[in-house]
Amino acid sequence: MDEVRALRAGARDRTRASTYVMLALLGALFVWSYQGSEIDLGLLFSADGGGAIADYVKRLFPPDFSPKVVAEAVVGAWETLAISLVGTVLSAVIALSLAFFGARNLVYSGLLYEMEPRRRFGLLRRVPYLAAKAVLNFLRTIPEMLWALIFVFLVGLGPFPGVLALGVHTGGVLGKLFAEVLEDVDLQPIESLQSTGAGKVQILFYGILPQVLPQFISYTLYRWEVNIRVAAVLGFVGAGGLGQRIHIALSLFLEQQLLTLLIALYILVTAVDYLSAYLRRRAV
Amino acid sequence: MSLTPRLPGSRSIFPYVFGGLFLIVLADSWRRAEVNPGIFFEPEGREHLWRFVTGMYPPELSWEFLELMVRPTIETIQISVMGTLIAVVIGFPLGLLATSTFSFQGILHETEFRNAGLRHGLKVCLYGLARALLSLFRCIPEFVWAFMFVRAVGLGPFPGVLAIGVAYGGMLGKVYSEIFESVNERPLEAIQSTGAGRLQIFFYGWFPQVLPNITSYTLYRWECAVRTSAILGLVGAGGIGQQIQISIRMFNFHEVTTLLLILFALVAGADYVSAKVRSLL
Repeated sequence: MDEVRALRAGARDRTRASTYVMLALLGALFVWSYQGSEIDLGLLFSADGGGAIADYVKRLFPPDFSPKVVAEAVVGAWETLAISLVGTVLSAVIALSLAFFGARNLVYSGLLYEMEPRRRFGLLRRVPYLAAKAVLNFLRTIPEMLWALIFVFLVGLGPFPGVLALGVHTGGVLGKLFAEVLEDVDLQPIESLQSTGAGKVQILFYGILPQVLPQFISYTLYRWEVNIRVAAVLGFVGAGGLGQRIHIALSLFLEQQLLTLLIALYILVTAVDYLSAYLRRRAV
Repeated sequence: MSLTPRLPGSRSIFPYVFGGLFLIVLADSWRRAEVNPGIFFEPEGREHLWRFVTGMYPPELSWEFLELMVRPTIETIQISVMGTLIAVVIGFPLGLLATSTFSFQGILHETEFRNAGLRHGLKVCLYGLARALLSLFRCIPEFVWAFMFVRAVGLGPFPGVLAIGVAYGGMLGKVYSEIFESVNERPLEAIQSTGAGRLQIFFYGWFPQVLPNITSYTLYRWECAVRTSAILGLVGAGGIGQQIQISIRMFNFHEVTTLLLILFALVAGADYVSAKVRSLL
C-alpha cells in the first residue's frame, strides 16, 4: 500500500513539476513577445489614443444610406458573393481531381489491392499519392491573400484573381479533407461489393462515392462560409468585391460609407451562414 | 442523399429546383467575377506566368537578405503569441458572460429566487451585451481591424497584435461559450450537495471540465494566428507579410520563394508545437 502511495505521490510531483515548467516557459514566451511586438497599451487608454478612437467611432455614425452608396454596397456585396461562389466551385473541382490520388486506400494499399499478387513496383505506385499530397500541401500553405497578390500580378486587377486565389487555396484545404474522408470510408459495403465480383471502378461508384458525397458536400458548404469572409477582404490587395470598396473607404477617410459597407458585409455573411446551414440540412 | 429512406415515387423535386437555381446563379456569378481563363494563354498572361515561375527559382539565400528577414520572422511569431493572449483576455470573460448557464440560469443561480426582479434583468442584459460585442468583434475581418488600428496607433507590429486580439477574441469568446454551455451538470450538483458555494462550484466543478477543451481550441487558434500575422503585414501591421508584399511589388520573385519557405517553416513549426502541447494535456 505504502509503495503504491509513494508511486502516486511521485507521479503527482512529476506532473506538478512539468506543469510549473510549462507555465514558466509560457510566461517567458509572453514576456519575449511583449517586448518584441512594441505593445503600448498606454497609447490605447491615454487621453490621446483613446480620444482618437472614440472620435473615429463617432465619425462612423450615421451610416451613409444615400442611394449611390447603397447601390455601390449592393454591387460590391454581389460581386463578393460571385467571387466566393465561383471560387468555391473551382476549389471543389481542384479538390475532386486531386483527392482520389491523395487517399492511400485508393492508390496503393488496403482492401482494393489485397487481391493482387505482391506488387513489383511497390514504391513507384506511391508516386501519385505523394505527388498529390505535395501539391495539396503547397496549395494549402500559402494563404489566400498571398495567392491573391500573386494572381493580381499574373492576370491583373479585378475579381478574377480573387476567384483564382480562393479556388487554389481552398482547393488544397478541401483536397486534404476529401482525402481524409476517402481514407475513413466504411469497408463493409466495399467488401460485400467485392464479394459480388465488382471491379475497382464499380466499387468506386457504388461503394465509395455514395458514402463520401454527403461529407464532401458538407465540407464544401462549410468552406463556402469561410470563403465569403475571405472574399470580402481580398479586395484589399486589388481583387475586387466589397473589400476593394472597404479599402477605398478606409483610405479616403469616408467613415460613414465604411459603416454602410460593413453593414452590407454583415448582412451578406449572415445570409450565407443561414443558407449554407439550410442546404447542409437538406443535403446531408 | 438523405439518410432517412424515402419511398420511390415520393422523391422531392428539391434537387432539381435547387440544381437549376444553382446553375443560374453560377452563370451570373461567372460573368460578375469576370472569369477569364483565356488570359493565361494570351501572350501577355503567358509572359507574366513565365516570368513568375522562372523568377521563383532559385530562392534568394544570400546572407544579407536572410539576416534582414530574421527580425520580421521573429516579429510574426511574437505578434501571433501576443495577439492570441489578448484574444484570450477578451474572449474568456466575454465568453463567460455570453453563457446562459453562467450568467443567469442553471445551477449557479439556483439558490436565488427565479426572476428576482432587477438583478435577473441586469444579468440577462449583460449576457445580451456580451453576445453582441462578440459578434461585432467577429464579423469585422482581421484585415479591417488591422487597417483601423494602423490608423489609431501607427505602423508596426502593435496594430497587428490588436487586430488579432480583437477579431480572434470574438471567435474565441463564441467557442468558449459553446464549450461552457456543454458543461456536465452532474459534478456541479455533487459539489453543491456538499455545501459548496458558487465560487467553489465554479473552480472545482466547472473549470476543470472546460480547461482541456478551451486550451486545445486556443492552441488551434494560435496556429491560425501565426498564418494571419504573417499576412497582416499587407496593410502595414508588421511581420513577414510586409516583406512579401514588397518583394512581389518589386518583382523579386526569388525573394518571394524564400519568404514562402519561411512561412512554411513557421506554420509547420506552429503545427508541431501545438500538437506537442495538446498531447501533454
